[in-house]
Amino acid sequence: MIATLLPAGGAPLRPVVLALLSHWRRHPVQLVALVVGLAVATALWSGVQALNAEARASYDAAAEQVGGGVPRLVPSDGRTLDQADWVALRRAGWPVSPLIEREVTVGGEPVRLTGLDPLSLPALTGLDLGDGPGQEDAEGDGGDGFASFILPPFQTLAARETLRRLGLAPGDRPVLEDGTALPALVEAPGIAAGVLVADVGVVQRALGLEGRLSGLAIGDDPRPRADLAEVTGTRLSRIEPERPGDLDRLTRSFHMNLTAFGLLSFTVGLFIVHAAIGLAFEQRRAMFRTLRSTGVSARRLSLALMVEILVLAAVSGSLGLIGGYLVAAALLPDVAASIGGLYGAEVPGTLALRPSWFLAGLGMAIAGALVAGTQSLWRAATMPVLASAMPEAWAVAQRRWLRRQGALAGAIALAGLLLPSLGGEILGGLVAGFGMLAAMVVAAALVLPVILAWALTQAERRARPGLMRWFWADGRQQLSGLSLALMALLLALAVNIGVGTMVGSFRATFTTWLEDRLAADAYLNARDAAQAEAIVASLEADPGVTRVLPNWHADTRVQGWPTEVYGFADDPLYRERWPLLDTVGAPWDLVASGEGLLVSEQMAYRLELSPGDAITVPGASGEWTGTIAGIYADYGNPRGQIRVDIDRLTALFPGVERRAFGVLTVEGERARVVGMLGEDFGLGPDQLRDQAGIRALSLSIFDRTFVVTAALNTLTLGVAGIALLTSLVTLSGLRLPQLAPVWAVGLTRRELGVMELARMAALSLATAVVALPLGLGIAWLLVAVINVEAFGWRLPLHLFPGDWLRLAVLAALVAAVATLQPMLRLMRMAPARLIAVFAAAR
Amino acid sequence: MRRPVGPWLALVASLLSLAIATSAPAQGYLGLGAAQDNGFAEVRPDRPISLPADHGAHPDFRIEWWYVTANLKGPDGADYGLQWTLFRSALAPEGSEEGWQARQFWMAHAAVTSADTHRSAERFARGGVGQAGVTHPPFEAWIDDWRFAHLGDGSGDAFSPLVMTARSDDFAYDLELSAEAPEVLQGEAGYSVKSELGQASHYFSQPFFHIRGTIVIDGVETEVTGRAWMDREWSTQPLVETQTGWDWFALRFDEDNALMVYRLRHDDRDAYVTGNWLTADGRSERLAPGEIEMTALEITEVKGRDVPTHWRIEVPAREIDITTRPLNAQSWMDVSFDYWEGPVFFEGSHDGIGYLEMTGY
Repeated sequence: MIATLLPAGGAPLRPVVLALLSHWRRHPVQLVALVVGLAVATALWSGVQALNAEARASYDAAAEQVGGGVPRLVPSDGRTLDQADWVALRRAGWPVSPLIEREVTVGGEPVRLTGLDPLSLPALTGLDLGDGPGQEDAEGDGGDGFASFILPPFQTLAARETLRRLGLAPGDRPVLEDGTALPALVEAPGIAAGVLVADVGVVQRALGLEGRLSGLAIGDDPRPRADLAEVTGTRLSRIEPERPGDLDRLTRSFHMNLTAFGLLSFTVGLFIVHAAIGLAFEQRRAMFRTLRSTGVSARRLSLALMVEILVLAAVSGSLGLIGGYLVAAALLPDVAASIGGLYGAEVPGTLALRPSWFLAGLGMAIAGALVAGTQSLWRAATMPVLASAMPEAWAVAQRRWLRRQGALAGAIALAGLLLPSLGGEILGGLVAGFGMLAAMVVAAALVLPVILAWALTQAERRARPGLMRWFWADGRQQLSGLSLALMALLLALAVNIGVGTMVGSFRATFTTWLEDRLAADAYLNARDAAQAEAIVASLEADPGVTRVLPNWHADTRVQGWPTEVYGFADDPLYRERWPLLDTVGAPWDLVASGEGLLVSEQMAYRLELSPGDAITVPGASGEWTGTIAGIYADYGNPRGQIRVDIDRLTALFPGVERRAFGVLTVEGERARVVGMLGEDFGLGPDQLRDQAGIRALSLSIFDRTFVVTAALNTLTLGVAGIALLTSLVTLSGLRLPQLAPVWAVGLTRRELGVMELARMAALSLATAVVALPLGLGIAWLLVAVINVEAFGWRLPLHLFPGDWLRLAVLAALVAAVATLQPMLRLMRMAPARLIAVFAAAR
Repeated sequence: MRRPVGPWLALVASLLSLAIATSAPAQGYLGLGAAQDNGFAEVRPDRPISLPADHGAHPDFRIEWWYVTANLKGPDGADYGLQWTLFRSALAPEGSEEGWQARQFWMAHAAVTSADTHRSAERFARGGVGQAGVTHPPFEAWIDDWRFAHLGDGSGDAFSPLVMTARSDDFAYDLELSAEAPEVLQGEAGYSVKSELGQASHYFSQPFFHIRGTIVIDGVETEVTGRAWMDREWSTQPLVETQTGWDWFALRFDEDNALMVYRLRHDDRDAYVTGNWLTADGRSERLAPGEIEMTALEITEVKGRDVPTHWRIEVPAREIDITTRPLNAQSWMDVSFDYWEGPVFFEGSHDGIGYLEMTGY
């Protein structure tokens, strides 16, 4: 006590902090609310960050893998090239390294088998083969990794993740579908997941492709070299790599989505923290006054408060990080599936801990706590010594607060509206879209208490004088304390509605679209051209088969975009069933003439193309300029796509693989034809799919894609529930002065408890009502702005009122659960405590 | 013996995880035992050098190299040096496996040196697939776009004229070589003993090439002329494990006389110093251990190592007492298996130019 009596500014910090902390001992529920709020906020935020970091790390690994991230020379005919061409290029000064790659299956699991030559261009492969050329000082016995790789008995390198997926251990020999055994597996960091790497000669032999290569990686060597055409004529074409940037760009929207969810959860959590800190401040006004009058300066007091917040933030943040790791670990497999399904990028299903992640998460927790506590800190620093220890008259304070909230909401909403026109150019459409989304959500949250206050006032006016009027008026009185929790509920509900509407719309559209697109009865992929010819001959002779339609494609780049060029035959099937979004007069005739083409929606969007425009397509045999006959939806494809007449395709890409076909059958013959294909030609499930199978597969990929979204949605709603619960619990103690008089005039505690519950349900339902338009607004932004920016396609908005009803019930339920504890407490409260309210004259 | 074996051996050792030389001491003076390993041919004193056939590759021996160095002058009198080297190393004699499975490996080094810069580059390749190799006749040695090859159809016996090219990102050269003098045999009639323990190689040289052409450093072309020296050496079991490095000189006294000396250093006994006195009429006289004295005079710090860049060489029987200094003391071959190699000048009892190679520092 002596210490606190020292002159102002001279007081040691410790006793002040201890005095402040004593508050939490007396109000453990508040402490729990604060810690849980911040911990949950940190957990969701850092969990999402961990997911993003993991995905990015795997993109980088994929980009750095053998021959990835560097330009390549590939056979113009899409087949393989003669190794002699590689030698000729080396001898002409080209820094090229041979690659042979095939998609294979090992124990039913698809993997990419890559053969390479580490000696001809070690730097290119990015392989850590231990000691060897390119490594300093290979004297001594050195590692034998390099030698083991290129010498018998050879090695097959794979990432740990790949080994896990294949169910194989180092030392095992992976066996290809034809029974060929690869060399023993060695776990190697730096190999991308889903890839097996072995010596080029080993892979050539395993695939029966001696002397053949699938491509040449071009090293980064500025030496002058001979012109490509002089060395290999037109046999080889250069393709640019899919840089890490490509994958980054493709997946950016997905990660922005996750980040937005993480931020949203964090914000909701901060509402809780803000509420708890604010409440603690109000309750400690008397203590502050005492401390100040004993000589503690305002600066010292704020410093002590700051220390308190920092300590709490550090503890809660650490708890949150543990939670975040658990959240991320639980969601990673789904994220991996989503990214795999959407973009074909493989992400390992195991989580690595990164120190940067830990520090950033803790920093975020502390920064968040400080932001949430700013108001309290400011008030503690500026509070006059002799200020009233009593809370201000709540009615006056609330009116002022509502006016401020309303004004702020208006300002933010305006900023959000102006954002696309002002900042769209600078920020990019996607960021501007998310900015608009954020502004809309924040403005709606801020304006919520204003709307609720207005609604309560209206209800109060219309209510009969007496109990019902008190019911509403008391609700208004509670609003200040509950508003933050209600805002959190609003955000959670609105985002649920918004995302639910988007996903639902997407699914509905996608299902119909799949129905139309998968018009043929079965799709087959022959092993090679010879088998394809045999199959087609057999099918054409089969009376149960009406048509066999080629479905061939080649890859190119149109104005820098990786683009698939598909060829198809003019057939009523397409004319009748293929859905087109926008067309010129007679699109199918134009395409059939060989002069027209169809482009996918995302391609049209990215390259700003409309029907009637001309577009130049680089082919293996040269460029071709065609007229856009129509635009079609191509949901979920990160690449551009063009469809041309089959003859045009073969003219453009003479070497295109002619292995894929769609089969139409006479009614009732489908099962027999599919069975015949499987039996007579040995087509496995990878090579032969019936329409139903493809649809099921597509939908399962689709559903997995949104598993993460759904999970985060639910978590956010859970956080809102916690916010509501903690607010109510902390309020319940404060509300005795309001309840005691009502009890005194004759209401039973049970009646009081039920009224509390009813009021909470009413407020939650009102919040849900506000959440509905907000949610639809979010859905609209997601579908019409963000989705177009991110993926390049637009969706029709479908409404699902059933979901809304479900959510409203859920909201009321969350509120009821949150009210339950305070209600029960009130119902069981000793009457003496209620009486004590009158005794404790203020 | 040309010391480039060192780096190459290190590579081979790493490739094979074989301690190639470890069995050597037990094999007796001639070191013949190891030659029977894996079916490789033996280095034998009674196997004569046969020219021009021996310009080609000897894939039945374990290691081999084609080694060219040149002392050059630009139009302004500025001095330059250059190096072109192709190494072959086999894990199995040729013919046992083909294509990617062939266990022959190639490595090449190229360098240019001026008074103020030294540039080096390296290339690696696997045998059996055509990226590198040596054919004869007509003679052609290549790795990627680096070539050392006979000009014309290769008819006739003369190993001349030849073209030699190499290119890296910051230097390149393209030169023609011609020789009127015959090749000279090193050691005793081409049988070159490397230590008291009997390691040996087949070794001959062409010290009397005239060379002219262009070198390019950082895009600047310079016409140069000068003299070049080629060493050809192959062996199966060349060095002992205790050997720590060597210092090798190729010195040109005048138009008709040259001296090759080397010192093989061991960590467990005295260095082995020997050499040959070579003349343009094809004669070669071996200088036995004890006839030559090599003394390091000055140490220079090169890439953080202490390298003796100035030397005194004495051959009393021939009244030779010279000191050498480098054109560029920083002639460090900054390649995977690094060493010092660059042009030198000498003066004293005789004046002249030459090349110095030092490994193991």
